[in-house]
Parts: sequence; structure tokens; C-alpha cells
Amino acid sequence: MYDRKKVRKISEDKRRWETETLARVLSRSPERQSRFSTVSDEEIAALYSPDIMEEFDYGKQLSFPGEYPYTRGVQPTMYRGRLWTMRQFAGYGSAEDTNARFKFLLAQGQTGLSTAFHFPTLMGYDSDSPRAKGEVGKCGVAIDSLKDMEILFEGIPLDKVTTSMTINGPAAMIFAMYLAVAEKQGVPFDKLGGTIQNDILKEYIAQHAWVFPPDPSMRIITDIIAYCSDFVPKWNTISISGYHIREAGSTAVQELAFTIADGIAYVQAGIDAGVPVDKFAPRLSYFFNAHVDFFEEIAKYRAARRMWARIMKERFKARDENSWKLRFHTQTAGCTLTAQQPMNNVVRVALQALAAVLGGTQSLHTNSMDETLALPTEHAATIALRTQQIIAEESGAANSIDPMGGSFLVEKLTDEMEEKAMAYIAKIDAMGGMVNAVKRGYPQREIADAAFHFQRLVDAGAKKIVGVNCYEMQEEVPIPLLKIDEAVEKRQVARTREVRRKRNSKKVTSCLDALKEASLSNANLMPLLLDAAREYATLGEICDALRETMGTYTDPAMF
Amino acid sequence: MASAAARIKETAGRKKPERKVRILIGKPGLDGHDRGAKIIARALRDAGFEVIYTGLHQTPEMIANAASQEDVDGIGLSILSGAHNSLLPRIVARLRDKKMGDVVVFGGGIIPDDDIPKLKKKGVDRVFTPGTTLQEIVDYVRERVRPRK
Repeated sequence: MYDRKKVRKISEDKRRWETETLARVLSRSPERQSRFSTVSDEEIAALYSPDIMEEFDYGKQLSFPGEYPYTRGVQPTMYRGRLWTMRQFAGYGSAEDTNARFKFLLAQGQTGLSTAFHFPTLMGYDSDSPRAKGEVGKCGVAIDSLKDMEILFEGIPLDKVTTSMTINGPAAMIFAMYLAVAEKQGVPFDKLGGTIQNDILKEYIAQHAWVFPPDPSMRIITDIIAYCSDFVPKWNTISISGYHIREAGSTAVQELAFTIADGIAYVQAGIDAGVPVDKFAPRLSYFFNAHVDFFEEIAKYRAARRMWARIMKERFKARDENSWKLRFHTQTAGCTLTAQQPMNNVVRVALQALAAVLGGTQSLHTNSMDETLALPTEHAATIALRTQQIIAEESGAANSIDPMGGSFLVEKLTDEMEEKAMAYIAKIDAMGGMVNAVKRGYPQREIADAAFHFQRLVDAGAKKIVGVNCYEMQEEVPIPLLKIDEAVEKRQVARTREVRRKRNSKKVTSCLDALKEASLSNANLMPLLLDAAREYATLGEICDALRETMGTYTDPAMF
Repeated sequence: MASAAARIKETAGRKKPERKVRILIGKPGLDGHDRGAKIIARALRDAGFEVIYTGLHQTPEMIANAASQEDVDGIGLSILSGAHNSLLPRIVARLRDKKMGDVVVFGGGIIPDDDIPKLKKKGVDRVFTPGTTLQEIVDYVRERVRPRK
């Protein structure tokens, strides 16, 4: 990219600077630390300069926004055309509670919905299951049947908003309920836009909410891919998620590598199921973490776009440009928030959100300051949303595309990130792909090692967390917290039992029998799941029926 | 490190060598956040305790059964789902049913300060909040948990 002669001259000058100017100062006062590293413990040099770019090929490495390999962004206009979607993850208590929070967030200028389900739903249990006791509505909204789903989206036209649903093990069942609500609202399926997370591999790797073992789970995913490519063409069928991998303690490189390796596994599964790659790949999207190390994160998003474009074009021979584009959602890092001096979290979130915007995210969730303590209050959730709005409207960060492009540091980090992540992917390929790597516990162990290493660094004071291992305060100022009423569980259990009493149980039984039978064949399960949802079969009943034929999965409990 | 011979000599004087303290790390409830549980399991193992980890998604009954089968002296429970007020006391109750009320039960996770006195009243010995160092937990276990008779 640069004139070789000039670059050599700069290198010589840099060496001179190091031995004269810099050395003189260092001899008098050494640097603060013997080594500087990112939060992932990757070493960072004192200065990056054009000498690192001698071999840099602008067209190959960066190109222009909206052009292969999309390092600088997937759209030609980026935020000058349209701002990112401000999509706050919300869900607690009953469907009524969450419906009210949704309407509040939309009234505050939020532009898309994102649904958090409570743990029993995430694991495929009804609220009256013994496994659900004490958990109902605690960490998300309780959804047992179509009845709850109708209430959740009551007064929200599904052709006017896009909805993201964080659901994985039972993604197909919850998606079927969403489709059934759309039918009741009179919205045709081809008008529906949104995302189901539906990324089961990262469940085994990091988030740990599963229903079935890996192989049948992959089959359900390919059923969804095939069904949507025919009937719900605007729906994002998988949100391939690094977020939870990072929250579980991975490094930035591991987050990038394992997530893209998951993506490779899904594309391969779709192709193996007979769906042409360009028919489903444009509807795959990504979901990354925005962690605390500003430049490392920006580099990660840029590297991700370039890697995916190359993998889709070269490895999978996709021809449609839309198959090459990595579109992604970002959430700021929950695990970086501190219970100590919780107001400081507002600042952490702002920095992390800025990194996501400078990295070219398509949508963003900003965490609330109180999330290490409980689900967010309305007040805390509003500040989190306003943080995005301040970045969008006041900071100037949205004025120019990929404003960090060309930074010697960021370009160097982007290249290194890609190189290290590709090395991981080669290792996973050698194991036979991510499904096999997961069965062997490989990514799980790598992440646990990284998490332990980081905790040791924090305990030793080598990594600083303000308010935790430096700048502590003795007296903490408490902040108000959201409490989930224990009566939610009672009311929810009563509603689900009433649903069971009022429906046509003969029809439900025949739907469940048909599902079981189909699960033993190659038939696509989606139409049958939709039938079951329409008849108000509950999530737990549907999952139980399929557990009989598909089996269950238990945590290998490695540490 | 003391040589094997020296260690044999050291224990030979006692009547009955004290066995290693056994700790069960449990993940009650449905939440999948096991980063903390795994880190603490490793730290306790590195500190010389015998550690058994239940894995995720355990009911109170499953944890009490594991505690009894493994004959543990202490149980560390990690919970981030918000269901601590319901699940932790149920675990203590199941242990009492099994005549294991003397097992030291401690916990951590996302647990608001206001809930801690209630949990202590119901038999949870200590609740660690976010920001606790591994050393603090190791020191606590070393001081508080003794081999049961």
C-alpha cells in the first residue's frame, strides 16, 4: 500500500526514535508495566507505524464499504443511510409484564424488539414442571403456549416491527408459536422480519440451555432453514452467537474463531440437507460481544466480516453477494459490569457500545447498570437506550464509515485476529468440524482455561477492574432493583392449566403423535410444530414428545 | 515440597490421618452460567481440596443425593438465575432430611444483598457476592469446613 522505499525510511526512523528519543526517557522513568496486553492478554506494542503495512494490499484487505471482503462495512452507506437498530433485550415476569415493557421501549424510540425468555422456556419445560419451581418469570418472560405468545405481542403488529428471540433448544417450537400469532394477526409469513437465535452449538459450548443432543438438534435447525427459505424468506434463521462464548470467559480470538466455526458447521449442515447455499446463507446473521478492550473489539468485528466473506466465497463457493456479508448484532459485555459502584457501569457500557458502532454493527443492545444485581429496572433500561442514542446523535461516530480504518494499531490487530482465529478453525476442521469438537469438549475446555487465567490475573492485580481490585469504596450506595413478584409463578401455572382444560385435547394428542412419528423420518418438523402450536400444545408437551424419540443431553460437568 | 517419605513420617505419628476435605460444587436450577462454578472448582482443587462438580441444571434433590453419595464436607452453590430464595433453602432442607445438616453450605452468584440475611437464616453459611477473590473463598473453606465424622 505504501511506497516500499518510504516505508523502509519510516522503519529506520522508527528505530532511531526508539534508540534515541524513547530510550532517553525510558532510562529516566520506565513504563508503568513490564508488559502491556489486551483484556484477552494479547501483547500490545508501544507504537504502531506504517512499517507494519509494507505488504498491505488495500483492495484485498479492506476494499470499500458494501464491497468484498466487507472489512469496512456491509453497506455502502452504513450509518449515513440508516442508523443501527437499537434493540434492547427485554423479558421478565408474565407475558403481560413484558408486553408492557416492549411498548414502553418502542415509545422511547427503540426500533426493534428482542425477547428474553425465562429459564424453563429456554430448557423446554412448562411453568408447572417441577423443574421450573422458583424460576418462573425470573430471568425472562414465561412462555408455555400460544396463549402466552398472543399476550406477549398483543397490540404490536408483527409486520411493523422486527422481533429477535433468544431461543435455542426449543427455537423451532417458539418460532412456530410466533408464526401462529402472525396468522391470528392476519400477517402473511413473507412479511415477517426478525431473528431466532437458534444457535445450538454455542449452547453446548457456553450458554448451556439445550433440550436435545447435538445431532437431532442440528436436524431441527436444518428443518428451520429449509422451511424459512420457502415460507418465511425475510426471517434470520440463525443468529450465530459469540456473545455467550465470550461471557463464559473466552478471549476475543476464541470468540471469533468458535463463532465462525459454528457458522461453518451450520452452512455445511444446510448444504448437506440439500438446500442450495445461496438460498439460506443470506439469512444467517451473527451476534458478538462488545467487551471492554476498545481496539481489540473493533478489530474483532472487522476481522469477522473479512473472514466470513472469504469463507463463504472460497470455501462454500457462494455466488450471491448477500451470502458473503456478515451482518451482526452486538451486546455490551454483561460480565464486565460490577456489583460494586454500579453507576460506573453506565460508563463501561458507553465505551463498549462505541466500539460496536465503530466496528460497524447492524444492531445493538446496551446493558443496564443494574444487571449484575437483577434484571433491569425501567429507569436503568432507559439510560442504556439513551446511551446508544447519544452515540448516534451527538458523538459524531455515525458520520463517517469505518472511521478506525487505516489506524496502524487497528489494522494490525485486525490482521492478527484473523490469523489466530483461522488457526483455531483449522484445528477444529481437523477434528471433523465443530459438532465433533463440541462432543470432545474442545472449545469448552479452551474457554474454561481462558476464564481461569483471566480470574488469576484479576486476583493478582495484573488486570484491573475499577471498584473491584482498585479504587474500592467502603460504603456502597445502593441502587433500586427490580423484584419479580412470587405471585407470577402461581398465576402462570394457573393459566397454563386453564389452557390445557379449554383446548381440544384429542387434537393435541394427535399433533404430538404426528410429531413423534415425523421425528423418526426425514420429514420437515416445522409444519407439524405449527399445527401443534395452533392447537395450544404447550412447549413442555411438545419437547417431552420429542425427548422420547430424540433423547436428552446432560452437562459433561468438566472443570 | 516435602518428600513422600517425609510426609509418611509426618502422618505416621497421628492415630488417624485426616482425610482430604471434600467439597461439592453444585449448580442448582436451570441457569447455564457455569463460569464462576468452574473457576471456583479449579481453585479449590488447586488448593488441595477434593472437588466434585455436579454439572448444570440440578434439582435440590439431585444435589443432596450427590452430596450424600460423595460424602462431602461442604457444598458450594452457584446460582445466577434469580431462583436462589427458593432453591438454596430447599437444598439445605434435603440435606437435613438425609441427616447431613452439618455439611457447610455456601453460595454465590447474582444474589442481591437484601436476600443474604434470609438465606443465612435458612441455613446457608455464607454468600459470596461478585468481586470476591478466589483466595477469599479458599481461605473461607480452609477455615470453616472440616472433615465430617
